[in-house]
Amino acid sequence: MKYGVNEKGYYGDFGGAYIPEMLYPNVEELREQYLKIINDADFIAEFDQLLKDYVGRPSPLYHAKRFSEKYGANIFFKREDLNHTGSHKINNAIGQILLAIRLGKKRIIAETGAGQHGVATATVCALKGIECVVYMGAVDMERQAPNVSRMKMLGAKVVPATSGSKTLKDATNEALRDWIGNPVDTHYIIGSVVGPYPYPDMVARFQSVISAEAKKQLFEQTGKELPEYVMACVGGGSNAMGMFYHFLDDEKVKLVAVEAAGKGVDSGHSAATTFLGREGVLHGSRTILMQTDDGQVVEPYSISAGLDYPGIGPQHAHLYKINRAQYVSITDDEALQAGLLCSQLEGIIPAIETAHALAYLEKMTFNPDDNVVICLSGRGDKDLDTYIKYFGY
Amino acid sequence: MNRLNALFNKKKDNLLSIYYTAGYPEVNTTLDIAEALEKAGVDFLEIGFPYSDPVADGPTIQHSSEKALQNGMTLTLLFEQLKDLRKRVTIPILLMGYVNPIVQYGVERFCKQAAELGVDGIIVPDLPMYEYEAMYSRYFIDNNLSNIFLVTPQTSEERIRKIDELSNSFIYLLSSSSITGGNLQVSVNIEDYYKRIKAMQLKNPAIIGFGISDDKSFKKACEYAAGAIVGSAFVKLLGTEGYLDKIQGFVKSIRP
Repeated sequence: MKYGVNEKGYYGDFGGAYIPEMLYPNVEELREQYLKIINDADFIAEFDQLLKDYVGRPSPLYHAKRFSEKYGANIFFKREDLNHTGSHKINNAIGQILLAIRLGKKRIIAETGAGQHGVATATVCALKGIECVVYMGAVDMERQAPNVSRMKMLGAKVVPATSGSKTLKDATNEALRDWIGNPVDTHYIIGSVVGPYPYPDMVARFQSVISAEAKKQLFEQTGKELPEYVMACVGGGSNAMGMFYHFLDDEKVKLVAVEAAGKGVDSGHSAATTFLGREGVLHGSRTILMQTDDGQVVEPYSISAGLDYPGIGPQHAHLYKINRAQYVSITDDEALQAGLLCSQLEGIIPAIETAHALAYLEKMTFNPDDNVVICLSGRGDKDLDTYIKYFGY
Repeated sequence: MNRLNALFNKKKDNLLSIYYTAGYPEVNTTLDIAEALEKAGVDFLEIGFPYSDPVADGPTIQHSSEKALQNGMTLTLLFEQLKDLRKRVTIPILLMGYVNPIVQYGVERFCKQAAELGVDGIIVPDLPMYEYEAMYSRYFIDNNLSNIFLVTPQTSEERIRKIDELSNSFIYLLSSSSITGGNLQVSVNIEDYYKRIKAMQLKNPAIIGFGISDDKSFKKACEYAAGAIVGSAFVKLLGTEGYLDKIQGFVKSIRP
């Protein structure tokens, strides 16, 4: 793959494995084993079967007619919201739990922002009968309370991260600290295409099922091999990377990644990483992150907990730098309005994360024949409180 | 040869090093603390520069970093404070911190300035060997700065050999795979690990760190290595009233 990772774990200038020595054996074990394991016939058979029978894949590619009419193009939703647990996160959680079992691990840890990855991880741990500890920012636990209860009901222990901004980045720090202290029996299921190599590549591979299916489905429905546009929201960037994956080498396909501008890119309350960030090192990889001149990580802001992250995955940083994908941003207000619009035009209440991608349609101009595939990465049940408060229903 | 090499040539055992976070609890006492530690007989120092996301650190050093950042500590300010370093302190000095602030400062510029101010070595826990060798080692070597690598009970023998080869002062031996601020637990496995390292006859001396908090753990560590580093226990002391006057007593309590 032209835009894939090299043997040292880099995408152009980005990636690598900037980890303390305490994590080296864990990460090295993964690096040596992951391709061997995930390309093994037995692994593929179990992964595919669980995706089909347990997750409910393939997820539909839905031609959103009223959206298409409104925006003057053929708009398709890749319905990851219909997956078991309500988002794309389950694809990666299934892949990593099967990998962890094959590595002989007895305990799983994870970080979560919106709670979707935490729920997905708690779910697969229940499925496989493995101990599960999920770190979640104390602020996020409050704004995503239903997902906290879900994780507990699934048997996971949810530990609040109380340092720093008490959101996703701090939950990630706590998970890394746990892993340092439990180097032998524990596997860390990172939920996005971030972290030290091989995580960004491994998670992208597990999520690539999104674009593999979408490509096939688009052809079945339109007779066209490729869409003009592929769009997705980006926090760390896992649904976007899964949605882009099999279109990356088709240079004609325009890739659009939508970041969270929060209260506005220049408001001081934003999570629009490519607009506000510079190159540096975060959570084990060289990437683009929001930081002060002194190299301190800036606390981001977005109404959407899943996008409230000061960095992006290293592959995104690369795609941004070489202009293979376009990185744009959408404010809280714009996203919430798009969420309402999608509810009322298509009967689908999207996650607020997803609503960022939908909102960007307002800013694009299409030819009537253009095919546009948007990753509908998650459902909005977890966000009802926020929607209700905002719109006063 | 820098001050660290000279120290290790002269003194082979019972070495005591202290870590503290610059800017904690007050922003301008960095050199006062260093001076007091030298006066109390400490052999070399690690001065930490704070980072917002210190993943290898436990609650005590996390707290000190957060407070130091609130106090306005930056790398630029630290270098300003270190202008008089060699007028006031003669023992070897290491700077310790995470890689991102160094990358933002510019690795070459960082190394050059540190060396000019009389710093002898750098510890960057999240800068691994491959990245160091491929991108940054020349700046360390050009400026005669030692880069210190960490070794844990899980580090393979092959990797320890490689680390020994790349090191030119000492190897930082972690008492266990843990974040800072834990308790030194000497189990059979740990004894085996220390013995295994000793039997490898590395060219660099080993100093044990993480979990050294009192005379007992210091003494135990010195049975297996050339010395030990105390971090969190000292940072806790800095959080108390009249900390400068307590430094002498603290050092005596670790190494009577």
